[in-house]
Amino acid sequence: MTEQTAGPTEQTARELDPLEQAFPGILNRDERAGYSGYLVPPAKLLEFATRLRNELGYEYLSSLTAVDYFPDPKMEVVYHAYQIEGGTGFVFKTQVPREDPVVPSLVEVYPGAEFQEREAWDLFGIRFAGHPDLRRILMWEGFEGHPMRKDWREGYYEEEVKPFKNRWPDGGVYRIEDKVPFHMNVKYPPEFSPEGWVPEGDAALYAGMGRIDSNGDGQGIKTDQIIVNLGPQHPSTHGVFRMVVTLDGETVSDLKPVMGYLHRNHEQIGERNTFLMNMPYTDRLDYISSMGNNFGYALTVEKLMGIEPPERTQYIRVIMAELTRIVNHLWAIGFLLNDLGAFFTPALYAINERELILDVFEATAGSRMMCNYFRFGGLARDLPPGIPERIRELVFERLPGRIDELDAYLSENEIVRSRCIGVGVLPPEKAIAYSTAGPVLRASGVPYDVRRAEPYGIYDRFNFDVAVRYGGDVYDRYLIRVDEMKQSLRILQQAIDQLPEGPIQTGKAQYQVRVPAGEAYGRVENPKGELGFYVISNGKPNPWRYHIRAPSFINLTALGEMCKGYKVADVVAILGSIDIVLGEVDR
Amino acid sequence: MYGIGILRGLAITIKHFIETYLDDLRWLGRRYYNPEALQVRQGPKARGVFTVQYPEERLTIPEEFRFIPFLIYDELEDGTKHDRCTSCGICAKVCPPQCIWIVRSDDPVTGRPIPEPVEFYIDVDICMNCGLCSEYCPFEAIRMDHDFELASYDRFAENIYNKAKLSKPASYYASVRPLNYAIDEAAIAEKQAKKAARGGLKVPEVQVDQ
Repeated sequence: MTEQTAGPTEQTARELDPLEQAFPGILNRDERAGYSGYLVPPAKLLEFATRLRNELGYEYLSSLTAVDYFPDPKMEVVYHAYQIEGGTGFVFKTQVPREDPVVPSLVEVYPGAEFQEREAWDLFGIRFAGHPDLRRILMWEGFEGHPMRKDWREGYYEEEVKPFKNRWPDGGVYRIEDKVPFHMNVKYPPEFSPEGWVPEGDAALYAGMGRIDSNGDGQGIKTDQIIVNLGPQHPSTHGVFRMVVTLDGETVSDLKPVMGYLHRNHEQIGERNTFLMNMPYTDRLDYISSMGNNFGYALTVEKLMGIEPPERTQYIRVIMAELTRIVNHLWAIGFLLNDLGAFFTPALYAINERELILDVFEATAGSRMMCNYFRFGGLARDLPPGIPERIRELVFERLPGRIDELDAYLSENEIVRSRCIGVGVLPPEKAIAYSTAGPVLRASGVPYDVRRAEPYGIYDRFNFDVAVRYGGDVYDRYLIRVDEMKQSLRILQQAIDQLPEGPIQTGKAQYQVRVPAGEAYGRVENPKGELGFYVISNGKPNPWRYHIRAPSFINLTALGEMCKGYKVADVVAILGSIDIVLGEVDR
Repeated sequence: MYGIGILRGLAITIKHFIETYLDDLRWLGRRYYNPEALQVRQGPKARGVFTVQYPEERLTIPEEFRFIPFLIYDELEDGTKHDRCTSCGICAKVCPPQCIWIVRSDDPVTGRPIPEPVEFYIDVDICMNCGLCSEYCPFEAIRMDHDFELASYDRFAENIYNKAKLSKPASYYASVRPLNYAIDEAAIAEKQAKKAARGGLKVPEVQVDQ
């Protein structure tokens, strides 16, 4: 990789741009080939971020991640910030030595950085000075090492990158589990004994929980606070997910999510893979909306490659992404009602319609959920005969009536209303500060939708409204999904009417794409919120860095804030209204 | 009045409940175990319950449905089988979870690779049914299957499929994927025409690793 550290000699050698002049000694343009943004020295980071938010209006920290440049002795933390009015983002980075990486924490400027910084600490070992609760988040407490570092090797390590050399032409087939038997695939810290180990993590977790002095004034009955663990095996958590709740009677005084039970180091698998191999893996992030994940990843790599898909592909992509949104929201609403106690009747009515859309996916992409349909500069295949007519029938005849029926069925129901209205309120300024995205952000009165704020694909050609609700409670987060489905139908009706004929692939479909060196951050408005991919290529067949800004993971940052002061039964409803998928939260 | 919303909701539930019986009447008791009715029940005009009485009833599998790959062999006129696979290794290289293992052999006389695999393994425990092998196969030799009922009594050795288990005749391929089969046949015919135009019927050369 060509590396340039912006030293003082280079600074004087070239002209400073207006931003560098406005922040002398703080901002240095990132001049590596294919890179953008600015470098900020770690000592100035907090000051700069505060001014970026307050003076330049970049209130929304979309993504925070780290990059390991091993064998170069440095690591980099990369920030992507946006203005809430829309437009392109601002990228800034800070570089720290690899042996002792310490970066000031931005949690006090951008509270949404809390979990992302914990993730960077967990996976890269970068310490964030001043972070309120810097514990591991995805790995377990006794884990040895930081698994996203380039010199870390997994238990089932075979080779640095795929394709592995021994698969062909000699093909001595083996199962990796036979070579690395069960107890050998885990590494423990030195002098660690699994039998004698008592987890310290829980004590640290409980110690960090906020407690109210319930009886400070000497009035009323003295109550003890108790800690309750909801999950990890609990039907309301939509997977393996745990919420530690401190309760004052029935009232939640603090809540912390515990996650990582489904962690598989997706990003590191992605860095071993070639660019194309990652496509089916993205299906398995948010497995309810795999087409949307494909879209985000294809866009990002296309950005790096500098190619555009043909017209017909653009339309098919929008059709698939919007059908996915309907699929996802039907599922979300159905299971929110399950969480409220309306056991499975609404969910099955919603799933009934979802099945019809999955039939379309199966006929087109070959699979109902793991679609793997998008390719760089194109699609896996064109729509098969009969499918455009099927989609037309669905979006003009079937779905509008069914979504209205679901709306009539649930929205006015008194039980739903009394369980949801005024529960889990997230005010707009907090929704932005906590970097929430998608329906959670828009239900809090912030009309921020990537499809409008920074249009990708051909979304600028369609008439649709950005759904927005102002209550910020569970009820509005439910209603906004109904609104969004109706808007998606509007987009679908336009797209299917305008669907042009033509090729679906730019250039020849290749399994080994050439991706020029550089970085790209691509984001799409996935049903659960803003899904971002941060990909760095160094010109080789495998990505150097492959990071996912997972909307349901970052939306969880605000969960504790949403639950404080409500009853323990509301926690279940509030979690259901965020709509998480653990495949994406844990990656 | 409080409760109106609930009553309206219950009316919708009752409507859904009755619709199934109306649909039963419409089919005169032939709503189930009837392929024609199944199509309607699973289509955009469906009303009432939409469950399928598996395994007596099965959903129609669309042509593009993909499950574990299989290898295609052509049945020649003299009764011998000819593998389309030339063991070029592209599928093994493109496979995301790296579950394809190919043994290629060299001709003892010429020392050149023999364009048929000696052995071909797919670990179906690892295969993620992504279909990339079939998409990028340059010889129309590996295609995705429709057979999804793979239960077996042994989950180790039996789940590594070898060439014998993976190979299926071109006629099977034509039966499960007629449209794709036609496309492939056209592509093969075109290649043969090109080769004939170049003169000589050389055995296709094995593509060498780039």
